[in-house]
Amino acid sequence: MALDLNHVTKKFGEFTAVDDLSLAIGEGTMYGFLGANGAGKTTTFRMILGLLNPTEGRITWKGKPIDYGTSHKIGYLPEERGLYPKMKVEEQLIFLGKLRGMHRLDAKAAIREWLDRFEVPQYLNKKVEELSKGNQQKIQVIAALMHKPELVILDEPFSGLDPVNVEMLKSAVKDVRDQGATIVFSSHRMDHVEELCEQLSIVHRGQQIVEGSLRDVKRSFGRQNVRIRSDYDLTALQTVPGVRSASYALNGAVFQVTEDDTAHRLLQEALKAGPVSHFSIEEPSLQDIFIAKVGNEHA
Amino acid sequence: MREFWIIFKQAFMSKAKSKTFLITTAVAVAGIFLLANITTIIEAFDDGEKEGTAIPVVADNEAIVDRLGRQLAAMGEETEFEVTGDSRAALEDQLKEGEIESFLILQAPDGNAIQAEYVSESTELFGFPMMLQEALQSIQTEMRADEMELAPEQAAALFEPVVFEQTAVSSSGKTEEEMNQARILVYVLMFLIYFAVIMYSNMIATEVATEKSSRVMEILISSVSPVKHMFAKVLGIGTLGLGQMLLFGISGYLAVKSSSAVSDLSEGFFSEMGLGNIPASTIIYAILFFVLGYFLYAVLAALLGSLVSRTEDVASLITPLTLIIVVAFIIAATGLSNPDAAFVTYSSYVPFFAPLVMFLRVGLLDLPWWEPAFAIGLMVLTIGVLGWFGARVYKGGVLMYGPSRSLKDLKKAMQLGKE
Repeated sequence: MALDLNHVTKKFGEFTAVDDLSLAIGEGTMYGFLGANGAGKTTTFRMILGLLNPTEGRITWKGKPIDYGTSHKIGYLPEERGLYPKMKVEEQLIFLGKLRGMHRLDAKAAIREWLDRFEVPQYLNKKVEELSKGNQQKIQVIAALMHKPELVILDEPFSGLDPVNVEMLKSAVKDVRDQGATIVFSSHRMDHVEELCEQLSIVHRGQQIVEGSLRDVKRSFGRQNVRIRSDYDLTALQTVPGVRSASYALNGAVFQVTEDDTAHRLLQEALKAGPVSHFSIEEPSLQDIFIAKVGNEHA
Repeated sequence: MREFWIIFKQAFMSKAKSKTFLITTAVAVAGIFLLANITTIIEAFDDGEKEGTAIPVVADNEAIVDRLGRQLAAMGEETEFEVTGDSRAALEDQLKEGEIESFLILQAPDGNAIQAEYVSESTELFGFPMMLQEALQSIQTEMRADEMELAPEQAAALFEPVVFEQTAVSSSGKTEEEMNQARILVYVLMFLIYFAVIMYSNMIATEVATEKSSRVMEILISSVSPVKHMFAKVLGIGTLGLGQMLLFGISGYLAVKSSSAVSDLSEGFFSEMGLGNIPASTIIYAILFFVLGYFLYAVLAALLGSLVSRTEDVASLITPLTLIIVVAFIIAATGLSNPDAAFVTYSSYVPFFAPLVMFLRVGLLDLPWWEPAFAIGLMVLTIGVLGWFGARVYKGGVLMYGPSRSLKDLKKAMQLGKE
């Protein structure tokens, strides 16, 4: 495995921010790191970057611990914008690129290429504070990716962006992955994770509660969604044995079930009420899983 | 090391290229040239005013008026008088309307003392009226001597000037004149050090706080260690500061040279100020104490800057630091007239005061070499300890966000830095 977190624990005094976390992330994969606010995501990232040392456990990149000798192979996008507000875009990116081991001319070429790709070449000589939030985020993404890092850590890369920009950044991240980089990213947006990540992990209060490939995670969740569309009243269906939960919309309902039999029972019951226009058994969304795992504890 | 120089260059260039810095420097240099030529400028204005304005005199004895003119000229004050027939009331009216600046009423009845009244727009205590009085006094003495029909040698004996010389005996072994020259030079340099240390340590703290609040710090310290970052920053801005001070120094030197080429008067003015022949050792000590003082305070400022999350909080956290420098300046300013005082001597060894107070002593007194060396050694040691301590706080401080505005956070930051 390229990035290995081996039973990593981080304590701040009495408080345990990360508790016995193990991750194994293969080279060239995109890894989703999910968790509610304060779950320990940023602390974990800081440990991976070497800004904090784990209280226990070990973190290695290709078998070696990460330190300032390897930092130019890493790209980092912090959760909040991290740019000099008063500095011009090009100057700033050259500075950050050089810090990551790039040469001035290479950095310049990369900056132009990236700005063109993000359709904002006109910002080359603008101060960062003059840019909109979405455009600042593009600059931030360039800062994280321009030096062709082997390991990319993205903390909430798509927060606060409009759908068009989200797609643009997503495709950039995918390309970087396709070029062989390993990407770890955190997000609150489950749909993004579902779309991008093969592997994922959900942490809650410092503890890992779900880990594995997207398919395994969904399968092991052991619940399916049964979607039924009908113009007739379906409220009675939630008493069918085996239904874990139900949610109703205007023209139908979604039921969470654990057994296929229950799904068939539901269809029969629904047909008793009236004609059904749609029936499907769907795998659970990540959102469902996240809420079930994390939300339950909140309750 | 590569990253160190990148940060160093960035800290230096981003400030050096900023408009604020360029304008401040340009204004200061212009100010230096203006100050150096101030006598020439004042002269230029003065001449225009003086020329052609004879002072009207109401006098019953015109001979005395002539003698007064000659006497004043001998004293170095060329003044024209014009005997007028106007009445006092008429002259007062003219004065009120601004047609004349002053007038003189002179009465010298035979055998009686000269009576003079000098009327002007405002009462001057020194300067011209005093000279006038002095001139009239000597005219009267001469007149009395004439009346007594003294022999020339008797008259000469009467007017023989006193031999007067001022000598100061102090442990500094410098004469009063040398002391005065040194005092002005030391004061100017002391002020420069004081000002620069405050300005640049503030710059450091603000810079660090800005990087932290804009979260660019997270990116920086993920590719360069916080300790390296801190020292690169301190050194970068320090170099900028030293460069600026040297620029001021050079332009000051050039200004004095060029102005003394224009008029001998300002050369006199500056040699009087002790700037004509600046002792090299004082300049070297000034640079040394500036550099050391800067590092001492800059490391502390960087440490404090790393504790705050918002730039607005910098001011409140840096106040204690500024107060220490102010106290140092007050001690030094008091010591200017009395550099031998015990409290000046003792405080000159305190590392936080030494940049100003020890510099004052070294500039004004003839100290044995080990005294400044000892203070410098103590400062270097303190800088080392602070650097070590500051690096630890900084390492944690830059990762700490939240409402941090008190020194209690020092401990928290140290803890985090160790993690």
